[in-house]
Amino acid sequence: MDSDLDIQVTNELHQHDVGVGLHHFDLGRRDFLKLCSGGVLICFCSTSAPAQESGRIPSAHELPKDIAAWLRISEDSHVTVFTGKVEVGQNIRTSLAQQVSEELGAPVQSISLSMGDTKQVPWDAGTFGSRTTPTMGPQLRTMAVTARDLLVNMAATAWEVDASTLVAADGQVRDPKSGKSISYGELAHAQKLVKVIEGDPSFTPASQWKVAGQPLPKVDGPDFVTGKHEYTSDIHLPGILHGKVLRPSGFNATLTSLDDSAAKKMTAVTVVRDGNFVGVTAPSSWSAEKAIHALKAEWKVPPQISNRDLSAYLKANADKSKSEAADATGSISKGLANADIKVSRTYTVAYIQHAPLEPRDAVAEWQEDELTVWTGTQRPFAVRDELAAAFRMLPENVRVLVPDTGSAYGGKHTGDAAIEAARLAKAAGKPVKVVWTREEEFTWAYFRPAGVIEITSGAHRDGTITAWEYHNYNSGPAGIDVPYNIPNKLIQFHPTDNPPLRQGSYRGLAATANHFARESHMDELAHAINMDPMQFRLKNTSDERLRAVFEAVAEKAEWGKQKSSANRGFGLAGGFEKGGHVATIAEIELRSDKSVRVVRVVEAFECGAIVNPDGLRNQIEGSIVMGIGGALFESIGFGNGRILNAHFSQYRIPRFNDMPKVEVVLVDRKDQPSAGAGETPIVGVAPAIANAIFAMTGERLRTMPLVRGGTMSDGHDRRNS
Amino acid sequence: MDSVTLTVNDKECHVAAPADEPLLWILREELQLTGTKYGCGEGQCGACTVTLDGKAIRSCVTPLSAAAGRKVTTIEGLASHGSLHPVQQAFLSLEAFQCGYCTSGMVLSAVALLSTNRNPSDKEIMHAMNGNICRCGTYPRILAAVRNAAHGAQKAE
Repeated sequence: MDSDLDIQVTNELHQHDVGVGLHHFDLGRRDFLKLCSGGVLICFCSTSAPAQESGRIPSAHELPKDIAAWLRISEDSHVTVFTGKVEVGQNIRTSLAQQVSEELGAPVQSISLSMGDTKQVPWDAGTFGSRTTPTMGPQLRTMAVTARDLLVNMAATAWEVDASTLVAADGQVRDPKSGKSISYGELAHAQKLVKVIEGDPSFTPASQWKVAGQPLPKVDGPDFVTGKHEYTSDIHLPGILHGKVLRPSGFNATLTSLDDSAAKKMTAVTVVRDGNFVGVTAPSSWSAEKAIHALKAEWKVPPQISNRDLSAYLKANADKSKSEAADATGSISKGLANADIKVSRTYTVAYIQHAPLEPRDAVAEWQEDELTVWTGTQRPFAVRDELAAAFRMLPENVRVLVPDTGSAYGGKHTGDAAIEAARLAKAAGKPVKVVWTREEEFTWAYFRPAGVIEITSGAHRDGTITAWEYHNYNSGPAGIDVPYNIPNKLIQFHPTDNPPLRQGSYRGLAATANHFARESHMDELAHAINMDPMQFRLKNTSDERLRAVFEAVAEKAEWGKQKSSANRGFGLAGGFEKGGHVATIAEIELRSDKSVRVVRVVEAFECGAIVNPDGLRNQIEGSIVMGIGGALFESIGFGNGRILNAHFSQYRIPRFNDMPKVEVVLVDRKDQPSAGAGETPIVGVAPAIANAIFAMTGERLRTMPLVRGGTMSDGHDRRNS
Repeated sequence: MDSVTLTVNDKECHVAAPADEPLLWILREELQLTGTKYGCGEGQCGACTVTLDGKAIRSCVTPLSAAAGRKVTTIEGLASHGSLHPVQQAFLSLEAFQCGYCTSGMVLSAVALLSTNRNPSDKEIMHAMNGNICRCGTYPRILAAVRNAAHGAQKAE
């Protein structure tokens, strides 16, 4: 399990390591000495902490094997579970509690999770890659099973009976023979449960689950409908100041002059400058905003490319020495020579933003030489290390806490706002809160990588695929494998040397781009040989789990019953990624104003044994709605180091009137291990819509987003601009 | 500094702050009512929605001066005597949220809609709520929740 996790983590970080931080502090010599009180400490900080961030392979972290590190029981039988995973709306605070409840034999209501607090929880790489359910789930179940057995043995010893005759349930151990019972809390006496895990304990099979597998409501749901839940930006500390950072007028800019006289005259405003970093602190958000606008700065911005040149740039700057072959089987030239038809096409995807509704934010507080930061991040331990590196400290002296966060979608891997708040708080000598504006969020957060994908394929008239040559430039290798039986394959990812925008992880990573290209291309092949796209896919895959979701979605959507026409189209896509099998059918209509509207999406999804069917359904529905944005209109415009549409009024994301009728078919495989589901349900949406557009209009759109301005007439811009 | 009196969640409040300061910051920083969220500062996302004399407004683009002498209701002011407002209850029952950051604004927009239209059609709900963004994409559930809240309120009569 651990080695599997390590491989996953390494792959993910390797694919979408953001790498470049926003800030580097000079920190004056006096500050530096004050922060680092000893030579050993300086030596440690200047080597190992930065190495961890810049290195592509995370350092080995042995997970604790004793129960007490993961699970504690109080005298009143309340169970606290410790995990480095964080809640960003994917509902793991509930689904993990269900799994612990199931194995421990304690009511869900008696279980609470301490999440993402680096001082309290075992080290964790971060909440990404749909790894919580397949790895943290079993990790916590192991602890829960072991704790339950330990408690049963304690009761058996006390009662002098055979442990196998006792029953553990509802937070107590019972002896059915004598009728005696004792609560977990009484047994544990609030002591740490001491037992080191060895070997794999046996879990309750999914077919016998009573708590897991149920559609339990979100454990702290009432806090969200009453406004009681405290996000990072809601935290209030005595004497807290509000901070703002002066943003450069473009990427890679150098500050050439700064006039801060007007800002300095403002009541209770402090201006902080550290190299290229300039910020202010003030008693309120409003006064901080006025102060930052009062700064007069000049920046030198080097010339930089615009998105009109993007596709050519990504191909020209591909670093072929780093190209990876995901698959190289047989001979492409033989496969093509042997084919009745050959198709060669290029697909592109744009840079887009995550646009989480809670922008990046942080509250930082220094006490002596210790730093505490609350921030909405997916990687609390990585942010802790970033802070330690930025301020030349030992990681142990930095504590990062992550309140349940207003979404992330892969966008909150870094500690930019945390570092800004900490730098300002250090200067102010008081706690400081930094909340990014929407414009900052659109500009200074990292982006989902753009990409160019070239596919050349060959097929026989009977629907057999003979060759598949696939090159992905820049967007990434996730989901690049083809789930169809093809004898001759060459599949490669070509990373870009020096990509034009700061790019990183995004929900589903490149699986969205790779599924868009592959499933669009499959549709092109099907039409070229005049075969039904569903039949064509089924003919070419022997993956039973993929076949099952295709068949399930076809049945629910009544595929083939209604034919596409000039103003109504039906499109299909599917695939497999991160343990999830997905098949999506989109129904779209063309309105009289040439606007494209998605009217219905049906999706079948299978991710092994379902832990919480309502939570899963919510994730799939949300992925479909979010996927419509990237499919139809989301696109970052940029040029000369500036973002051209850094506002919700300029960057269109799905709203109520974009919402289709959404129908979800859950395929529950109780015989298969549970996999994550926060990402893969998004990957089929764009190709299903593109294929529906072709079915409706006969026009093949190969650029994501498909209809940037929302209508077919302005959606034909084939350039990636 | 200006001195402004307004009624927030049925309580009279005296605030000393610049008249042009957005109501959002007054609520969050002066009155510690942090249930109202910042999402864009431009009135484009609806996370900061509250009601002003019963009408949904974007508090991030509403200056304090515009709220003087008027009644503001925030998410904290909806539940009464320990029981949730029907709209809050409907959101909770259908789990019409994921991360929950848009929820306060969504609920207030729905409350304002139902106060003037007790039986809105789906089209009317979508039109009234179109200024509120849920990036997690829970729109189908929110639509159902608003519908349920409307029907529930009618049944109760």
